[in-house]
Amino acid sequence: MSATTTTASTPSRLSLRERLHRADGRLSPYVYVAPFFAIFGVFGLYPLLYTGYVSLTNRNLLNPGTRWVGLDNYSNLLHDSYFWNAVGNTFGIWVLSTIPQLLMALGLAHVLNTRLRVRTLLRMSILVPQVTSLVAVALIFTQLFDYRYGLFNWLIGLVGVGKVNWEAGDFTSWIALSVMVTWRWTGYNALLYLAAMQSIPDELYEAAEVDGAGRFRQFIHVTIPQIRPTIVFTVIISTIGGLQLFTEPYLFEPLKQGATGGSARQYQTVVMYLYEKAFGSGEFKFGYASAIAWSLFLITIVFSLVNFLFVSRIRSAH
Amino acid sequence: MRTMTRRRRPTKAVLMVIAAAALACAVVVASAGAASKTTLRVDVFGDFGYKPLYKQYMKTHPNIVIKEDSEDYQPHHDGLVKHLATGAGADDVVAIEVGFVSKFDNTPQYFVDLRKLGGMKEATQYPKWKYEQAIAKDGSLIGLGTDVGSLAICYRADLFKQAGLPSDPTAVSKLWPTWGDYLKAGKKFQANAPSGTYFYDSGSNIYNAIIAQANPAYYNKAGKLLVSSNPKVKQAWNVAVQGYQAGLDAGLAAYSTAWTTGFKKSTFASVTCPAWMMGYIQTSAPAFKGDWNVADVPGGKGGSWGGSFLAIPKQSKHQAEAWDLLKFLTSPESQTYVFKHTGNLPSRTAVLKSSAVQGFKNPFFQNAPVGKIFARNALALTPQSLGPNQGDIQTAVSNAIQRVEQKKQSPDQAWAQFLKDVKSVTST
Repeated sequence: MSATTTTASTPSRLSLRERLHRADGRLSPYVYVAPFFAIFGVFGLYPLLYTGYVSLTNRNLLNPGTRWVGLDNYSNLLHDSYFWNAVGNTFGIWVLSTIPQLLMALGLAHVLNTRLRVRTLLRMSILVPQVTSLVAVALIFTQLFDYRYGLFNWLIGLVGVGKVNWEAGDFTSWIALSVMVTWRWTGYNALLYLAAMQSIPDELYEAAEVDGAGRFRQFIHVTIPQIRPTIVFTVIISTIGGLQLFTEPYLFEPLKQGATGGSARQYQTVVMYLYEKAFGSGEFKFGYASAIAWSLFLITIVFSLVNFLFVSRIRSAH
Repeated sequence: MRTMTRRRRPTKAVLMVIAAAALACAVVVASAGAASKTTLRVDVFGDFGYKPLYKQYMKTHPNIVIKEDSEDYQPHHDGLVKHLATGAGADDVVAIEVGFVSKFDNTPQYFVDLRKLGGMKEATQYPKWKYEQAIAKDGSLIGLGTDVGSLAICYRADLFKQAGLPSDPTAVSKLWPTWGDYLKAGKKFQANAPSGTYFYDSGSNIYNAIIAQANPAYYNKAGKLLVSSNPKVKQAWNVAVQGYQAGLDAGLAAYSTAWTTGFKKSTFASVTCPAWMMGYIQTSAPAFKGDWNVADVPGGKGGSWGGSFLAIPKQSKHQAEAWDLLKFLTSPESQTYVFKHTGNLPSRTAVLKSSAVQGFKNPFFQNAPVGKIFARNALALTPQSLGPNQGDIQTAVSNAIQRVEQKKQSPDQAWAQFLKDVKSVTST
């Protein structure tokens, strides 16, 4: 207030102040959010667009003569059976890991939401897998799933089942990888669900109880619809994460040459195939690898939308 | 009041930024003062056995600090290509394995041409074929040799004895003049072997050894790809398949963790043995010191498998210092030292012939005359021509043999897919 009155009396000096003040009010918000966009621009948008550009060339790291090839890389990709194999593997592993993972997280969150002893300790401890290093998780599970000397094969040997060559089999390798992913992410998702559950008003449960609903029906008809936005969020996030699966299968592979995801590419994910083409096999086909990256980007968008629509039906089903 | 506080904030922020900047400058100045020494970085893979040599060099060159980066074979070379192509991040001295040298022959612009530093005087002290591998398409010299692979068979004398085979290296060498005889000896071994022990570690190692002896193997001199047309390649494949079908093959993926564990658990009794393999054996299972021995390789003649070079990337800021260090690391004395302590075989002709190498017996291998065995093979060598996709073909064939070992495909199916894979990796 005082600023406006002084402006009127001494216009020349204070109009600058006034203008600065106004500019401050108008521009500050943008300045505050600018760092995010600057960083996103440099590390997100620019690489994205540049990858798009490279995908239209035949760029090769060890071959300086880069040529524009239009959509050739994409049309080759459509006929590349190893690419489609990788897409299939990625979805297979995604289904095997995400669905049990989210269901277990829901159940876990529900249990943790009730009155338990040492509740805080239990809630904290489910987050422990999340803070362990991804590389350590992958390396240790790889040893646990080892064919000859692994702990799991020893355990199933105790109950009389023959040794399973987890890494060599198509389906068994998917199971092994899903176990790694599930182990790491279940706690994280459970914590998100728990946070959402705690914001559900008690009256809803009381009303349900008056209507004669048991605990299970309360869970189905009150809890799930109420935390729907969180479920949508976790499904989208796990979809994006699952389709980009790389570290676990890469470290799971015994032969560290080429990143082929097993001798018959039985667990080569799309990102592994990208890595193989860009770095792993000594081919250094950056143009082709960029086309894989962009295709994965498009697949992820489409698949996330499908999942979003699917999960959004939760309420209408209710 | 609101305006006042809001206007003060930027001032505070500006002050803080200035303070931080001043602090940062102070740190930079301080560290610049401390770093009067030149740091040289050396990038190797596996075990080059250089660590004691660095210490020695730093003692005589007090203004040089040497730091080593070491990784596995594949990540090392992939990283190197990235650093070269992007023009930043490569070390001052880098190790390149022969399979990748043939790739880099097409891109000499990334490396210091050692001819300009007087490198040819050094290079000509190596066998001709060895230094010619590091001569690029434009005639420049991109590296100096460290070691050569050579070839023998390392075997567990104690396990051979248990299974009723001879255990003395001369008698063992007589068991297998050809690879067919090697499999025959294997069948005899397998009949009386302790349970859980196989005759050899991995089909791909057998296959690679036979390929290492072939001339030509994957490429002819003109650089034409021969994988599908060269009968030697199919013969090598057949030996590996027959060994697997006879139950001699432990089926371990070579250089994997399970393979390393296999040394400790006596999962296999023999392994194809380029000189550098002795390093793997000694570090994987030191407990079996005195149980291993070295015999001649089947197939009559030596082969070459592996062997490396040291090069200086053009992006290095200390090229002169790097060249001096490179000369030291590849000097006759250094090569002899590494051979005695790590097992990597020298590649200078005079060093291979020297009594220090020829007379060396390795106590880990029952005092086997390893110097004589490996040096003789290396000197008699006329190695095959290599091509740009050497490593990719190797990966494809390792996978193919694994598919057979894991019963995922029949040998014929695996072979057909291997040929298809080779076609795909060699297309541009």
